[in-house]
Amino acid sequence: MSDLTLTTAAAHSPEAVSRSAPLSQVGLAGWLRANLFSSWLSSAVTLVLLYLVIRWVAGFVEWGIVNAIWWVPENQTQACRDLKGTGACWAVIAEKHRFILFGTYPYDEHWRPALCVLLFVGLYVVSAMRRFWRKELALIWVAVLALIGVLMWGGVLGLPYVPQERWGGLPITLILATFGLAFAFPLAILVALGRRSRLPAIKALCVLYVELIRGVPLISLLFMASVMFPLFLPEGMNIDKLLRAQIAIILFAGAYLAEVVRGGLQALDKGQYEAAEALGLSYWQKTGFIILPQALRLVIPPLVNTFIGFFKDTSLVLIIGIFDLLTAGKTAIIEPAWQGFGVEVYVTVGAIYFVFCFAMSKYSQSLEAELNRHRRR
Amino acid sequence: MSEATIDPRSLRAPPRRPLRLSWSDERVRGIFWQILVVGIVGSIVWWLWSNTVHNLEVRRIATGFGFLNREAGLPIAESVIDYSPADTYLRALVVGLLNTLKVSVVGIILATILGTLMGIARLSRNWLLSKLAGIYIEAIRDLPLLLQLLLWYAILQGLPGPRQALNPAPGVFLSNRGLKLPWIEWQAAHGWALLALILGIIGTLAWRRVAIARRMQDGQPRRVWPVALGLIVALPLAVWYALGAPWVVDWPALRGFNFRGGANMSPEYFALLLGLVLYTAGFIAEIVRAGILAVPHGQWEAAQALGLRPKMVLKLIVLPQALRVIIPPMTSQYLNITKNSSLAVAIGYQDIVSIANTTLNQTGQAIEGIAIIMLVYLTISLSISLFMNWYNARIALVER
Repeated sequence: MSDLTLTTAAAHSPEAVSRSAPLSQVGLAGWLRANLFSSWLSSAVTLVLLYLVIRWVAGFVEWGIVNAIWWVPENQTQACRDLKGTGACWAVIAEKHRFILFGTYPYDEHWRPALCVLLFVGLYVVSAMRRFWRKELALIWVAVLALIGVLMWGGVLGLPYVPQERWGGLPITLILATFGLAFAFPLAILVALGRRSRLPAIKALCVLYVELIRGVPLISLLFMASVMFPLFLPEGMNIDKLLRAQIAIILFAGAYLAEVVRGGLQALDKGQYEAAEALGLSYWQKTGFIILPQALRLVIPPLVNTFIGFFKDTSLVLIIGIFDLLTAGKTAIIEPAWQGFGVEVYVTVGAIYFVFCFAMSKYSQSLEAELNRHRRR
Repeated sequence: MSEATIDPRSLRAPPRRPLRLSWSDERVRGIFWQILVVGIVGSIVWWLWSNTVHNLEVRRIATGFGFLNREAGLPIAESVIDYSPADTYLRALVVGLLNTLKVSVVGIILATILGTLMGIARLSRNWLLSKLAGIYIEAIRDLPLLLQLLLWYAILQGLPGPRQALNPAPGVFLSNRGLKLPWIEWQAAHGWALLALILGIIGTLAWRRVAIARRMQDGQPRRVWPVALGLIVALPLAVWYALGAPWVVDWPALRGFNFRGGANMSPEYFALLLGLVLYTAGFIAEIVRAGILAVPHGQWEAAQALGLRPKMVLKLIVLPQALRVIIPPMTSQYLNITKNSSLAVAIGYQDIVSIANTTLNQTGQAIEGIAIIMLVYLTISLSISLFMNWYNARIALVER
């Protein structure tokens, strides 16, 4: 009772007029105070970081834009060399961008690899949309990949034939990554199922495969592909270098993806397995209709992260001399006139890789948020 | 009492049915599928093997590891142990292995430190610090490591020569010949001091165990830090001082066209280390962040409610729980650093892969060369996994 009178008394007292928060707590000033200058230490960190960021950004703008040279006449790189260290020589990109993107593909036919890159990007975008996640998507993949093969090789429909040795640049990177994943994924599912199998011999084989591959670096597999595969095959039978590297990448990606898929199989509630068995479904019915659709859904975000890893790892084919995007960039600066402009080329090539990986990474994050919506309260 | 609650029938193994030779018996089908799969895999392996043997005969390549005792004749720029091109292939490969370990171990330590700092910075309440750490983590993870290595190497090669070397701190020179650092001249007294330090650390750990055991008995806390101070700091200093306190710093100085003295870090090693550390730190930062976020907020609050000081909250409550989440993915990052150090071959640092590759090109022993690389990495991977599994088991939650 006394409490009640107290509160009513307080409410009627002249001090209790509602006031807005002090200016230092709201708006921009409040935000700055809370997030940048909350304590002495925080203020000091903010000031030091601000100084460093401004210095670095200013330095980069000066090097990359203000002092940069964008174009030089026919291999006359002296102007660039005079500015070494103070200004970027983007002229190397202006001169070599076609080579970096498409390698030694015949110059007049560059529209074909360019179209292939667009087809690849379109394929990724369509596959990323949930509304297209149905069985017909597999048909679209087969059709688009076949079309890409026709475009790259040619020899039909009036397109001149281009041997595989002349392909290069971005299309090779996309081919290695896409075909690698398209074949590694089914392999990974089989291996993951095998590793969870009750049959000891099959389980042992799968464990051996996964642990062997995951224990060695990709480079050693690529070396194996380039020097040992020819010994494995019967005399006279020869498969080309790109295909050998592709097989190595598939074997490598398969082992890593298998572990991700296995994570999904393990995370799935045991009741789902038991219920499917109780319905009298056969092993493949149970796996295809009940287990895989749920298990794969659980691991979509880590799968996309693994895809990003493989997209980056395709650049390792540089070491066995396959002409992918990075190799093309490295080769572009071998010519004496353009030697020493590695930084500019690598920054540009890095930007291309970044666009692809960043898009996948953001996609993975949004997908994760969307798939976990039912768990959020 | 407890025995009564367990159904005794569940302890008995299910009765074994006799095997019926019929397709409807699950075990018969299991055996059939296993024989089929093993048969297919086995015949593929046998086919590849027989092709290889035949090809080796046709090309007249002798198999075996006899070549390891031949003179290598391959120059190696940097080496931890004494090496000359007149040494054997075996010694060259050992040099390569040591170079791999040199970059991996240093890389693991530095990447753990940088990654942990970045992970904590990402969680900082300071908006600018958190955003910058976020940009770093996102950018570094979205670029291929090989590209980063080539970029760092290109930047290091673009530095001025020794005569115009950058001199960010006294005695530190950065030029296109690498990084030069002042170094203490190693003397016998330093060795003894180091030995005293190791003994001191062992003694402190032993005392800590005793202190904890006694505290468990009588509840009285016993101080560890005075013993630690005495054994880890004072004892080595005393040993060093008793032996005359030698202290000669070897400063790098420009002589002619290059530097003399000091410790040297070649541009190849420096670029590889820089690339590996910056790249892996991006991944470790995310692991650390996830680990810290995985500790429920209630744990912090409960610990504070018990009256623990902030330092003790972190040490006794939060870190043990966060580490449990952090250790397994951290293990795979350590394995990744070791495996990624094989990219050294692209920038000319002579690690095991680079030297094995040169060896197989010189001798034509492709199978043996690749086998050596794989064996070395499998051994390293297994050792790291075993150690980390042991550590993980030690800190894992003790459940019923």
